[in-house]
Amino acid sequence: MSVELLSRIQFGLTIGFHYLFPPLSIGLGLFLVIMEGLYLKTGQVVYHQMTRFWVKIFGLIFALGVATGIVMEFQFGTNWATYSRFVGDVFGSALAAEGIFAFFLESGFLAILLFGWDKVKPRTHFIATVAVALGAHFSAVWIIVANSWQQTPTGHHIVSFGDSVRAEVVDFWQVVFNPSFLDRISHTLMGAWQAAAFFVISVSAFYLLRKKHVEFARRSIKIALVIAVFASVMQLVTGHSSASTVAATQPAKLAAFEGHYPADEPAGLYLFGWVDEDAEKTIGLQVPGFLSWLVHGDADAPVTGLQAFAPDDRPPVNLVFQSYHIMVGIGMALILLSLAGTYAWWRKSLFELKWLLTIYVVSVLLPQIANQMGWFSAEVGRQPWIVYGILRTSEALSRSVTSGQVITSLVLFSIIYVLLGALFVFLLNEKIQHGPGDEIAEGEGHRA
Amino acid sequence: MIFNLDLNTVWFFLVGALFTGYAILDGFDLGVGALHLLTKTNTDRRLMINSIGPVWDGNEVWLVTGGGALFAAFPEVYATAFSGFYMAFMLLLFSLIFRAVAIEFRSKRPSPRWRNFWDVSFSAGSVVSALLIGVALGNIARGVPLDGDHEYLGSFWTLLNPYALLVGITTVALFVMHGAIYLVMKTEDGLQSAVRGWVNNTIIVFIICYAATTVATLLYVPNMTDNLREAPFLFILPILNMLAIANIPREIHHGREFRAFLSSGASMAALLALFGIGMYPNLILSLPEAANSLTIYTAASSVKTLEIMLIIAALGMPLVIAYTVSIYWIFRGKVRLDAGSY
Repeated sequence: MSVELLSRIQFGLTIGFHYLFPPLSIGLGLFLVIMEGLYLKTGQVVYHQMTRFWVKIFGLIFALGVATGIVMEFQFGTNWATYSRFVGDVFGSALAAEGIFAFFLESGFLAILLFGWDKVKPRTHFIATVAVALGAHFSAVWIIVANSWQQTPTGHHIVSFGDSVRAEVVDFWQVVFNPSFLDRISHTLMGAWQAAAFFVISVSAFYLLRKKHVEFARRSIKIALVIAVFASVMQLVTGHSSASTVAATQPAKLAAFEGHYPADEPAGLYLFGWVDEDAEKTIGLQVPGFLSWLVHGDADAPVTGLQAFAPDDRPPVNLVFQSYHIMVGIGMALILLSLAGTYAWWRKSLFELKWLLTIYVVSVLLPQIANQMGWFSAEVGRQPWIVYGILRTSEALSRSVTSGQVITSLVLFSIIYVLLGALFVFLLNEKIQHGPGDEIAEGEGHRA
Repeated sequence: MIFNLDLNTVWFFLVGALFTGYAILDGFDLGVGALHLLTKTNTDRRLMINSIGPVWDGNEVWLVTGGGALFAAFPEVYATAFSGFYMAFMLLLFSLIFRAVAIEFRSKRPSPRWRNFWDVSFSAGSVVSALLIGVALGNIARGVPLDGDHEYLGSFWTLLNPYALLVGITTVALFVMHGAIYLVMKTEDGLQSAVRGWVNNTIIVFIICYAATTVATLLYVPNMTDNLREAPFLFILPILNMLAIANIPREIHHGREFRAFLSSGASMAALLALFGIGMYPNLILSLPEAANSLTIYTAASSVKTLEIMLIIAALGMPLVIAYTVSIYWIFRGKVRLDAGSY
């Protein structure tokens, strides 16, 4: 295999594994602020118990996020040195800002969150919780700034530097508020909130089915349902807005999302389908004219298709089509699931509906899959460009790195990540089986 | 004046300050990791881990942010070093991963085999991380083969030359000394008296390594002393360094553990300042083609970016220092185990 393909697989593997954790810490950060805030406001022990339990889970998730995140900070240099030389002037600032403004805030105050229960006043502990949640959200902001600039680069110019060329900043705020940034950050953050909401829903539903920690589970699932409904419905808005921006700024990617080949014809929206890349056509169940209507507000308006692009400038279509459709399908399912729970809550039957609770236990996987598939379609859909329209992925590699080296590191990453993934699930399961409540019984921490 | 007054120089010192912050802070927790297996009982090992429990991941952020700042300010160095030293950096990343999860996982299960596995991972990860950081420093000072496009021409084995290995071992010795002093400050009773016994040995080992590195540098890497020869007043740095080290046993003898730790930190700062002055204005030396060296001018981002980054640093770094100081203040005093501990 080529160094390019190996490096892409390694980047995909390491970012995909890493990205199991940050959405949960971003979303759980919000939950911790709500739960601890309710505890401070009401003084009810159950909210304290909830905060303590989810803080422990948060700690485990955060540790895995840190351990796998260090890899990402350096992988641009190890495997994509030519890219790093080309974009460092623009892209590096966002990564440095993420470190200074987000990581220090997050990891510093995490110490108080995890270990500070008896060292600081309850109010100070709450401030630390807010700081950790803010830090997690800020880190999403800066990394999405960096990634969105790769998708829709603005605010830079290309100049010669030594014997080569590179991108340099002209307007920092244009780099930050590049055309896709706001859509993508809101879409990403809502995805993170969904991941945490369905995680809390899943654990709570498990306790409700087992009739354990019932009061804890009822309160947790109610908070989580509110956030799940909000975030899932918001995804319609942010998702639509993101897709419209993609249509305007990365038309080849949008065409791949929908498997739309004709260069200049109205386009429908596939519910599902299969792309025959050789025959350049897509077979499936389609709502005619719907994509044209979504993008242009007119079902007869033409949408730029893949045939408007040279074959060398097109992304892998079927992969992008399938991952995009899985994401959208799950997005719809999450809206239904969160509305079903809210309706049952309103009818006061939520805690008795075994079938719904059973679905909820496994629903934790859905936002995770959707987040992975969303990133997959965003990043593979950008191909063959690493910086859209400016630098090709094939021209961005490290020249001094050989395929043997990348195979070695890829194999080692695979082994280590399988081990870590298995241990994570094992320890998480143990914490969930153990359940909340012992802290109170042992008299640890501050009380109401 | 050996330093130019320009943005590139400011960023040379700012990136240097971030890595110095990293060395002083993560240095002691890597050192604690290296000493971890010297303790035998489960309680002592938990005390060792929990002494760094609340702070180790914050300490590692200094490395991540240093990496980000290097990427932003000197992208050519970021690209050349990480792609050129590919396998070495992958090993460093694996060591850091194992070490991080070992801290988190170790005390989650009662089984002795489980705990031993993670104890060894924690310790080995710490030693290997410190060693590789030192080897990387040794190589950029000694020089590595670069071509005209700043691409590394050597292999993994090129990096394992005697000089770089010596700097690597010295770095391990430095972090072990620093970690032992940190442990004296954080522990009490039996464990503390054991650690006190280690401190003098770690100081002696470090001084031997330091002397050997100094001699080797004078003999084989004379370029590191050019700036010092031009500005002899900078000779105050090695003197400060030695005084700070000599002060450590005195403070410990008088039971002033925090001041001993500050002394150790000061000696590291002086040592890294000496390293920075020796390197200036080079960032990675090219050997044998010195003309291909990466300097703060040939490796830097545009003036515009350096200015933006300076604003970001001016806004962010006071906050970072404020958080760091308050976290260390809140978790001051001896480490004790409770239900929330690792």
